[in-house]
Amino acid sequence: MKAVRRIAGRAVPLDRRDVDTDQIIPSDWLKRIGRGGFGEGLFSAWRRDPAFVLNDPRYAGATVLLAGANFGCGSSREHAAWALEDAGFAVVVAPSFADIFRTNCASIGLVTVELGEADVAALMRAVERDPRTELVVDVAARTIAGAGIARAFPLDDLTRTRLLEGLDDIGLSLREEDAIAAYERSRPPWRPALATR
Amino acid sequence: MTAAPRTLAEKLWDAHAVARGADADLLYVDLHLVHEVTSPQAFDGLRRAGRRLRRPDLTLATTDHNTPTDPRDSPDALSALQLEALAANCREFGVRLYPLGHAGQGIVHVIGPQLGLTQPGMLIVCGDSHTSTHGAFGALAFGIGTSEVEHVLATQTVRRERPATMSVAVEGRAPPGVTAKDIALGIVRRIGTSGGRGALVEYRGEAIRALSMDGRMTVCNMSIEAGARAGMVAPDDTTFRYVEGRPHAPRGADWERALDEWRALPTDTGARFDREVTIDAAGLRPYVTWGTDPAQSSEIDGVVPDPDAFADAAAREKAHRALRYQGLAPGTPIREIAVDAVFIGSCTNARLEDLRAAADVVRGRRVAAGVRALVVPGSAQVRADAEREGLARAFTDAGFDWRLPGCSMCLGMNPDVLRPGERCASTSNRNFEGRQGPGGRTHLVSPAVAAATAIAGRFALPEDLS
Repeated sequence: MKAVRRIAGRAVPLDRRDVDTDQIIPSDWLKRIGRGGFGEGLFSAWRRDPAFVLNDPRYAGATVLLAGANFGCGSSREHAAWALEDAGFAVVVAPSFADIFRTNCASIGLVTVELGEADVAALMRAVERDPRTELVVDVAARTIAGAGIARAFPLDDLTRTRLLEGLDDIGLSLREEDAIAAYERSRPPWRPALATR
Repeated sequence: MTAAPRTLAEKLWDAHAVARGADADLLYVDLHLVHEVTSPQAFDGLRRAGRRLRRPDLTLATTDHNTPTDPRDSPDALSALQLEALAANCREFGVRLYPLGHAGQGIVHVIGPQLGLTQPGMLIVCGDSHTSTHGAFGALAFGIGTSEVEHVLATQTVRRERPATMSVAVEGRAPPGVTAKDIALGIVRRIGTSGGRGALVEYRGEAIRALSMDGRMTVCNMSIEAGARAGMVAPDDTTFRYVEGRPHAPRGADWERALDEWRALPTDTGARFDREVTIDAAGLRPYVTWGTDPAQSSEIDGVVPDPDAFADAAAREKAHRALRYQGLAPGTPIREIAVDAVFIGSCTNARLEDLRAAADVVRGRRVAAGVRALVVPGSAQVRADAEREGLARAFTDAGFDWRLPGCSMCLGMNPDVLRPGERCASTSNRNFEGRQGPGGRTHLVSPAVAAATAIAGRFALPEDLS
């Protein structure tokens, strides 16, 4: 995972709540075994509508997605986060996120910013008025600013450190080898296991 | 000093904490279920980093998401590649695989319990949001993303922030005709699609206790539809009777030791939940979703609601969008909505009890003209059992397609998809736009309602049939 410190960019307003991962990346795209190219599938059903906001050329090149509450609900497909990342998004701002989606974003260094409904709405109105409006997300300071709004957003220390340093989660956990091995010795021997070769 | 009373969820969490952190704990995974769709990139990552798979003996793979269910179909080229990738990865890393055609194959959340691999007190993960199904046994079970799949493969652990606890008590007895699916839909309808967000939900109350294991799995399965991190039911004699004697269940003295552990799992008297919701089972009815999220449902006796009557502006706008997509007018009686297709299947409702309930309705009747109806059993074993019991015959005699096991039309990754504009009564879990195929219109129902609807050609209860 690459380190993320500060993101400055334009934003696209997706004014819908409960955007599910089937919309973010339809299941047809889940057949791929590689990690790249999912940006093409981002909102592919909705993009067939010429009036869909992501088709608006004024928002081309945006790196921040503004969305309604409960963004990313539904399936656990990390492909949704990959598609956003591949399409150039570095930050998603919403009043709330579905839990698995938010975890998946953290896994790949896509920043999720949880802001109050009124603040998200104000940012949406600002970028609708002027699509050139720039938002700045500072991971170290846990702040988002732009369009005359400056707010702190919740980001736990562990996720913040991982983002800032681009840490490999697995490497981090493998440092706990002694604790994992000790736990394994303490497990009830009757817990199920499969015979392997 | 006596220990502070704890909830089932807290006991499960504490029992799996390998290392505690200020923001998150590292939890040990007792069973990692793997399928073809969310694992290839994880195995690639493992390979690239030169890491080993820590516990192949606690890892089980199957193919379910994009496998064809019609014996005449073969997987499309991309799906075939994905299925081959899983087989190759399992060979390379020494993972047990039950592929299509194997007696152990089936939907991940159906085969775990059936093999006795899903037991009380365990922590179970899978790269699939419906992993909450296994919570029905008094296990902590949740879906993870592909990066976390790789993490589990390498470390047999998963890192999670300590969540809130929530009690959803369904008190009293459900009226006749109200199934586990209706309880699940009723809960989502009541608390909303994000009502369980951030929480480990424990389902409690008389109506939950009265459910069989198949029914409890249906309820826990749809926890994610309410946004919960996991759903669970305290283990009891119903649970133990189900597990005992299954291939991977403990035996002899081990069974007694296991029972001792499992009997200590239920929430202690005096333990507190962060949130509590109580639902009166007597007020539940069979539900049919009319919209594009699982909370947008009506009682089958009801009508499609008028979005303009909704107080909340965002809900109003959402309902308008949903009705446009679904091609429905406000005020339409649910029973007057005609369907093009009926799908009985998925990790929500493709276990033997579900198929029995549906077969009882269709036996001796015929699927309405113009309705395409298919039954997709949850596993090869469910399929074999259903054939032995004569259920398959009841379905095929009535004009249903009797298919091979898999996820099928729940998510439209295999050839079983709706055509644009087609309307489907489905026993699956999600009615999102395009979920069953681009432009397809999904209505979530119980197996009994799905079966009656196939016969009537429009939404119906079994007792509506002449």
